[in-house]
Amino acid sequence: MSLSSVSDTDASTPKYLRGRYAICGVGETSYRRGSEETTRSLATWAIGNAMADAGMTADDVDGMLSYSGNDSTFSTFVAGDLGIRLNFFMDVHGGGSSTEALIGIAAGVIEAGMCKTVAIFRAMNGYSQVRIGGTGARSAVPITGDMIHSRAYGWQSAGQMFAPTFMRHMYDYGTTPEQIAHVKVAHSKHASNNPKAHYRQRYTVEDVVNSRIICKPLHLLDCCVETDNATCVIVTSIERARDCPGPPAVIQSVAGRVCKPRADMHYQAGPISTVAGHWAKDILWPNAGVGPEDIHITGSYDAFTFTTMLQLEDYGFCKKGEGGEYVSSGAIELGGVRPNNTSGGHLCEGYTHGMSMVIENTRQLRGEVDDSCPKGPDGKRQHTYDYAEGGCRQVKDAEVTANLGWAIPGTGSAMVMAIDNR
Amino acid sequence: MPTQGEYMGMMLTIDDLDGENRDFFRYCAEGDFRLQRGKASGLLRYPPTTACPWTGERESEWVQVDGRGTVHSYAEVHHPIQPAFRDKVPYLILLVDLDTQKGEPSEHEALRVAGNLVTADGEFAPPEVIRQVGIGTRVRMVFTEVTEGFALPHWTIDEDAEQPEAPWRYPQE
Repeated sequence: MSLSSVSDTDASTPKYLRGRYAICGVGETSYRRGSEETTRSLATWAIGNAMADAGMTADDVDGMLSYSGNDSTFSTFVAGDLGIRLNFFMDVHGGGSSTEALIGIAAGVIEAGMCKTVAIFRAMNGYSQVRIGGTGARSAVPITGDMIHSRAYGWQSAGQMFAPTFMRHMYDYGTTPEQIAHVKVAHSKHASNNPKAHYRQRYTVEDVVNSRIICKPLHLLDCCVETDNATCVIVTSIERARDCPGPPAVIQSVAGRVCKPRADMHYQAGPISTVAGHWAKDILWPNAGVGPEDIHITGSYDAFTFTTMLQLEDYGFCKKGEGGEYVSSGAIELGGVRPNNTSGGHLCEGYTHGMSMVIENTRQLRGEVDDSCPKGPDGKRQHTYDYAEGGCRQVKDAEVTANLGWAIPGTGSAMVMAIDNR
Repeated sequence: MPTQGEYMGMMLTIDDLDGENRDFFRYCAEGDFRLQRGKASGLLRYPPTTACPWTGERESEWVQVDGRGTVHSYAEVHHPIQPAFRDKVPYLILLVDLDTQKGEPSEHEALRVAGNLVTADGEFAPPEVIRQVGIGTRVRMVFTEVTEGFALPHWTIDEDAEQPEAPWRYPQE
C-alpha cells in the first residue's frame, strides 16, 4: 500500500493537512441507558480518559471543541473542571458529521498558531435526558416558520426525515430489506466482541426484517440505539503526537459538512437516492492520496442500516446502486475485505454522533482494539484474529481507515487516517 | 401579532417578520397554492426562501401553481413522535413532484412538496387508502385550516387522473 498510489489531482485546497496532524489520544465513558450524571460530568470523564491515553496533563491541552444540539455542556465548564487553561475553544451546533469536520477545524487552528493541542468532545444523555430518537422533550419544542413545512406533517425524527431517501433507493435500484439487514447483522457480530458495547447480542437477517416497523422502510433493528455517554479525541501536530505513548493515527484528509445543493431542503435537488458523499469524495480521496480500494477499515455512520450502505456506495466502495449487494456480501464483516464499524457502531455499541467510530479506527490503526483477547506480559493484547462470538475484533495489519460521517442525506463529513509510516 | 394556531397538538407560529412563510400559508388559507418566482431566473421554488436558489435575487413574485403531481417518495410512519399523531398511525408523509417545472432547471430537480396523505375532505387517510398509494401515484392538493389566515397543504388521491396499475410500495405490508 502506498499513500500516493492514486491520482494526485486535487479538488479543493493544497494538501497542507496530509500527514501533518494526528489523533494522539482517545477516550470515552461507558455506554449506558441511564447515566445518572450530568453531561458535564460525562465530558470530564471522557476527556480525562483521552488525556491519560495521550499521556497528557492539563498543561498539554490548550484547545477545545465540542458539538451538540443544545443537549450538552460547554467547553468552559469542562476545561475548568480539568484545570485546563484554554487558548481556543468553540462549542458548535450539530450532530452526526461533526466529528470529522471538527478534527479538520482543530488542525486548522493549530496550523494558524492559535493553540497547540485540541480536545474534541461530545457529551450526551441521549437516552435519559434529550432522547436522540426525538420523543419526549424533543417532540414538544415550539414549531415556527421554516419548521412548519416538515414538523406539522409529523415529519420530525431522523428516521422520518430520511425515509424518503431510503425508500427511493429501493425504488431506483431494487435494494431489498434483507440486503440492508446485513448491516445490523455485521455490526451486531462486531459488538459481540466488544465488552463495552451496550448491546452485544448477535442478530440474523430474519430478526431484523421481522422486528416491528418504526417508519417504513425502517424496522426497529434498522435503527441505532439511544444511550448516555461522552467521547473524546485529541488532535495535535504529528511532531507532538510522536512524543505520546501510543502510535499516532495520522490524518490524511478531512471533508467537513459537505452538502448537496439546496441544503435548505435537499429533496429539491435529486437524485434523492444520492447522498452528500457523492460530493465529499472529490475532496476526501484526492487530498488523502488514496482511493476506496486502499482502505482497510471503514467507519460508515450507522444511525440506520441504510446510512451505512448509502455512504459506502457514494464514496465509491462499490458502484452506484450496488450498495445492497456490497453490504450483504460479507465484505463489511470482520474477516471480510473491508470491515465496517468494528466496534458495533451506533446500531449496537452506543450512540455518540460519530465520535466512537473515529475512536475505534484510531485503536485499530494502533493494533490495540479493546476486545476480549488476553493481554501479554507487555500489557498489550495478544490478538487471535478469531472473530467468533466473544473473541477478537482487531483487523490484521490495518494501515488505512476511512470514517464517513452522516448528518442528513444532504450533509456529510469524512476523514482518512493512516499509520505513521515515517 | 404573529399568526398562531394549534394543530395536531402542536402550537404552530409564523412570526410577523417572516414575510415569506406568512404569505405562503395565507395563500393556502384562501385555497390558492402559490410559490415564489425569481424574476431573473423565471423559476419557481419550494419551500419559501429569501432569495432565488439559482440567481440569489432577493425579489420575487407569488405565482399561482397547479397543485397536481406524482408521488416521488414517501415515509410510512408506524411509531409516531408527536403525541397527537398516536391515533393517526399509520400515516403517510408524501414528497410530491409537481407537474409544474418537473425536470427543470436540470433533469433531477423538481418542486417536491411535502404533505400527509389525506382524504378529499382533509381527514388522515385510513389504512385501506394508504395501501393504494406509492411512488407514481397521482395526487392533488387539499388544504387543512390551522387558524384564520393559515392553512397547510396536504395531498389526496387525484380521482380524475390516470393512475399507475401498481404504484411502487415498500415490499412488506
